[in-house]
Amino acid sequence: MQVIDAKGIYYRDLNQKVREAVAKGEKEVLLKNVNGQYYIGDGLNGESTITIEGVPGNDLAAFMDGPTLIVKDNAQDNISNTMNSGKVIIHGNAGDVLGYGMRGGKLHIRGNVGYRVGIHMKGYKKQAPVIIAGGKAGDFFGEYMAGGILILLNLDGEKDSRPTVGDYAGTGMHGGVIFIRGEVDKKLCGAEVGITDPDEEDIKLLKEHLTDYCKDFNLNIDEIMKGSFKKLTPASLRPYGNLYAY
Amino acid sequence: MSHNFHKDISGCGLAGIINKDGKRISGSSISKSLCLMNDRGNGLGAGYAAYGIYPEYKELYAFHIMYDEPACQRDTEEYLKKNYRIEKKEPMPTAPVESITISPMIWRYFVKPLSEKAERDAADLRDDDFVVRTVMKINSEIGGAYVFSSGKNMGAFKGVGMPGEIARFFRIEEYEGYIWTGHTRFPTNTPGWWGGAHPFTLLDWSIVHNGEISSYGINKRYLEMYGYKLTLLTDTEVVTYLFDLLVRKHGLDVLTACTALASPFWKNIDDLQEDEKNAMTALRMVYASALMNGPFSILFGHSKGLVGFNDRIKLRPLVAATKGKTVYMASEESAIREICPSPEKIWAPRAGEPVIAELEG
Amino acid sequence: MFKSLAVPEFLAKIDQIKCIKCKRCIQNCGWSVYAWGGDKVLIDTFKCVKCLRCYHYCPEEAITIEDNPVKYRSNANWGFYNIRNIKRQAETGGIPLTGMGSDMPYPVLFDSLLIDACQVTNPSIDPLREPMELRTYLGKKPAKLEFENGPDGKPKLKTKMPPQIKLEAPFIFAPMSYGSISLNAQKTIAIAAKELGIVMNTGEGGLHEDIYPYRSNIIVQVASGRFGVNPDYLNAGVAVEIKIGQGAKPGIGGHLPGEKIPLDIAKTRMIPVGTDAISPAPQHDIYSIEDLRQLIFAIKEATNYTKPVSVKIAAVHNVAAIASGIVRAGADIVYIDGFRGGTGAAPSIIRDHLGIPIEHALAAVDERLRQEGIRNEASIIAAGGIRSCADAAKAIALGADAVALATSALITMGCTVCGKCYTGNCSWGITTQRPELTVRLDPEVYAERLINLIHAWSHELKEILGALGVNAIESLRGSRERLRGIGLDSQTLDILGVKPVGR
Repeated sequence: MQVIDAKGIYYRDLNQKVREAVAKGEKEVLLKNVNGQYYIGDGLNGESTITIEGVPGNDLAAFMDGPTLIVKDNAQDNISNTMNSGKVIIHGNAGDVLGYGMRGGKLHIRGNVGYRVGIHMKGYKKQAPVIIAGGKAGDFFGEYMAGGILILLNLDGEKDSRPTVGDYAGTGMHGGVIFIRGEVDKKLCGAEVGITDPDEEDIKLLKEHLTDYCKDFNLNIDEIMKGSFKKLTPASLRPYGNLYAY
Repeated sequence: MSHNFHKDISGCGLAGIINKDGKRISGSSISKSLCLMNDRGNGLGAGYAAYGIYPEYKELYAFHIMYDEPACQRDTEEYLKKNYRIEKKEPMPTAPVESITISPMIWRYFVKPLSEKAERDAADLRDDDFVVRTVMKINSEIGGAYVFSSGKNMGAFKGVGMPGEIARFFRIEEYEGYIWTGHTRFPTNTPGWWGGAHPFTLLDWSIVHNGEISSYGINKRYLEMYGYKLTLLTDTEVVTYLFDLLVRKHGLDVLTACTALASPFWKNIDDLQEDEKNAMTALRMVYASALMNGPFSILFGHSKGLVGFNDRIKLRPLVAATKGKTVYMASEESAIREICPSPEKIWAPRAGEPVIAELEG
Repeated sequence: MFKSLAVPEFLAKIDQIKCIKCKRCIQNCGWSVYAWGGDKVLIDTFKCVKCLRCYHYCPEEAITIEDNPVKYRSNANWGFYNIRNIKRQAETGGIPLTGMGSDMPYPVLFDSLLIDACQVTNPSIDPLREPMELRTYLGKKPAKLEFENGPDGKPKLKTKMPPQIKLEAPFIFAPMSYGSISLNAQKTIAIAAKELGIVMNTGEGGLHEDIYPYRSNIIVQVASGRFGVNPDYLNAGVAVEIKIGQGAKPGIGGHLPGEKIPLDIAKTRMIPVGTDAISPAPQHDIYSIEDLRQLIFAIKEATNYTKPVSVKIAAVHNVAAIASGIVRAGADIVYIDGFRGGTGAAPSIIRDHLGIPIEHALAAVDERLRQEGIRNEASIIAAGGIRSCADAAKAIALGADAVALATSALITMGCTVCGKCYTGNCSWGITTQRPELTVRLDPEVYAERLINLIHAWSHELKEILGALGVNAIESLRGSRERLRGIGLDSQTLDILGVKPVGR
């Protein structure tokens, strides 16, 4: 394992070191004293695991293609921007615009997430990006969602009275699926969204993804599966069909 | 409006001499050489630059300033007093010349920027930069005042008239310098303004120039980006400032600066060895807007030497010659022969290939 | 019963005496104007867009397409399209769509600028027999260079140069995605770009495997839809472009409906077949200028600082300040698209009424970057309404490093600027994905025509440089002194930084 002390190092130099370590085949990298450095894991490929102590800066895992990033603390905005594959595990909360245009891989967050999470996520072929957040989400959850799976668990629901998901959930959604643990208020969903109960297949899928999630955070899968889920999918394939005159 | 100016266009002849040992030569030589080429000018401008002429004040900046009227002098001196220690101030020594009936008031000052920070604008600037700023300020902000020389131990002398007349007016034969340049001018419009004659100088750079810089428009805008104020409406000013920027501010050597200003063609660059090719490619990329395009031959003087060069397809003439430690350059061979009848070597430099003569030792 | 109260714009006519009933018109028309009636060709003139495909393919010259002489009563205020659009909206309740650049009669400043030429005081140069250089490098240039002496005594570069795009002429092909145009049209452009030593741009539709061989002549685009974007894609071309906006539709996004997403396009965009391809209006990771900086450097990190990053914006009112921010955010290239720029589909209300012309925008941006002393930090690409080499030369004199061409490139493939790209019926096989139409566009054949166009423009540009007495494009670039305005008011002249003719 290679340990890199990130204290006071500018992101460009830090990421250069990370790239070099990964390029020479280092499987385990530990970044200590990270605080605010942007772009950790940006465009990185391979199968290394990079553990981050401290709060990493924005665009963590942007364009990433393969590695696993483990953040022991909270993380900021734009995580997994246009990520292709790999895994990001955040032990704390995370910010806004997570998984923008994400095409594959997994983003597991133990805590709450901000606005516009899973925006424009897309599946492609066998790739199905997955974002699972253990807490609550802000507005515009799954905006323009075109593919993949978004799961919101509200594990610590009793702690505050906010609804699990914010306003305009799934607005512009035209692909993929959102699962929300607990009830969903139709008023908070975009016009393009239909709300149903998950079927048997869905529950199987949920269990599969959540088992992996629980392993990351040492949680009890059976406890989580006890709760009920709602499933959000696009109501229409052509929501804007009548908008234009030809 | 920086774009809304009228550009001054002129043809001309030029001549230059340097003694590489630093031996000082009387101004009568350059005047004689230049007078042979009278037909290249039309009497609307001539001038000289000389290095080594003020040995007793060589640590001070010598400002030569023209004034249209006493009010301009008052304003200028007020500014100078605030910012400079004025060691000596005197009217420029001149002699009456029958054909020169009107001339501006011409004064010279030997000065040093005040080092006491409180009493001088922009105290953090180096002396040279501060002098450049002073020249830009006076020339662009005080109407009717014009600093036409600002270097150390050197000076420019210029005005409206034929080369012989201007030489007599400024008593050129009384000065001795180790470098001389001279210029006779053929402007195609008639501003009748003394400041429009060559040489153009800034600090100890001096330029005399034959031809027109067809790339003037972009060269001017490029320099303006670096804070130069192009007030004189002539492309020669551009050359002066380009040298100032590339050599003094950017630290390029004179040869590299000349290469940037009259660069080789891509075809030739592509054939070079890798390192040189990369260097030349970068030079053209970075200094694209400094490329001087169009017909020109230029003599560029500075305290350590004299450089002659012409445009990259040789649209204006330049001849160089050597005899002993003296190097001559001129628009026409005959102008050299007039003062050096039998040089050891005489040649016409190739396009874009500078002749660099520097003081030895 | 009438079909529509919107009067047809064109009348397709067949001279039945000349017609040999070969049915080529029926086969060629992508709009189904013609049908076989058993003994003669029937015409549904409401569908005609005057693309002239049938006219060119009629062996007997039996077809004429006329502007419909039946117009609404003439009215200086209520023009034909005002009335017609209201009727269409009354019938559909929708937003009228359009394609190509605006055809509204706004003043075109390029047509009010004249270029200088040398007479006597400086010589013109013969461009056919003397060297004349058009080579252009796009990218960030350091303000100054440092050299050291190499082992051979020759100067060796000490400054590390940022990555550059090398162009053999100051032209590039503007972004047009696979989806907005056919793959054959993209291939045509790619072949031409490679042959010409210039670059094309993928647009936001991803990079099709057939285009990969041309990667050294390709800029890959990252837009709000992030279609086809992954680390391989970012590293595939010679540069990466972040698309913020487009001249024809500033401030709005794009939408390729699912039924226009067949397998091949879906593959290129990396989305499932049949799903809508939505490009949101903003990039949702950019809500402010510091976010743009964040994305620029996210891309630089992903490409290890080996590719210049371009940022494309629509020309809008405050474009100079925006461009300055973009440069300060770290962009190597600023691509400015004027409001007359083309589009595959845009609401006509947006296309015709939002944004500003490229001439004003370019002049303002170049001047602003110079005033701020950062013009060297980024190259400027001007686009949106470059119709000829004259426009290109004037744009370069105003300050552009290169100009981008799209409509003119499509015209070489048969386009007649009919403006109906959004229907997907292009009879020339350009803005359509219908296989029976796209097959008409043979990339090898049409690339030759496109190469001819750029060669012709390059020759014209050299003629202009020669007349100006300069022999390198950089001596024209930004040299507004070589332009004069004719018939322009003093404020416009001031914005353009040019003097009026006669001064």
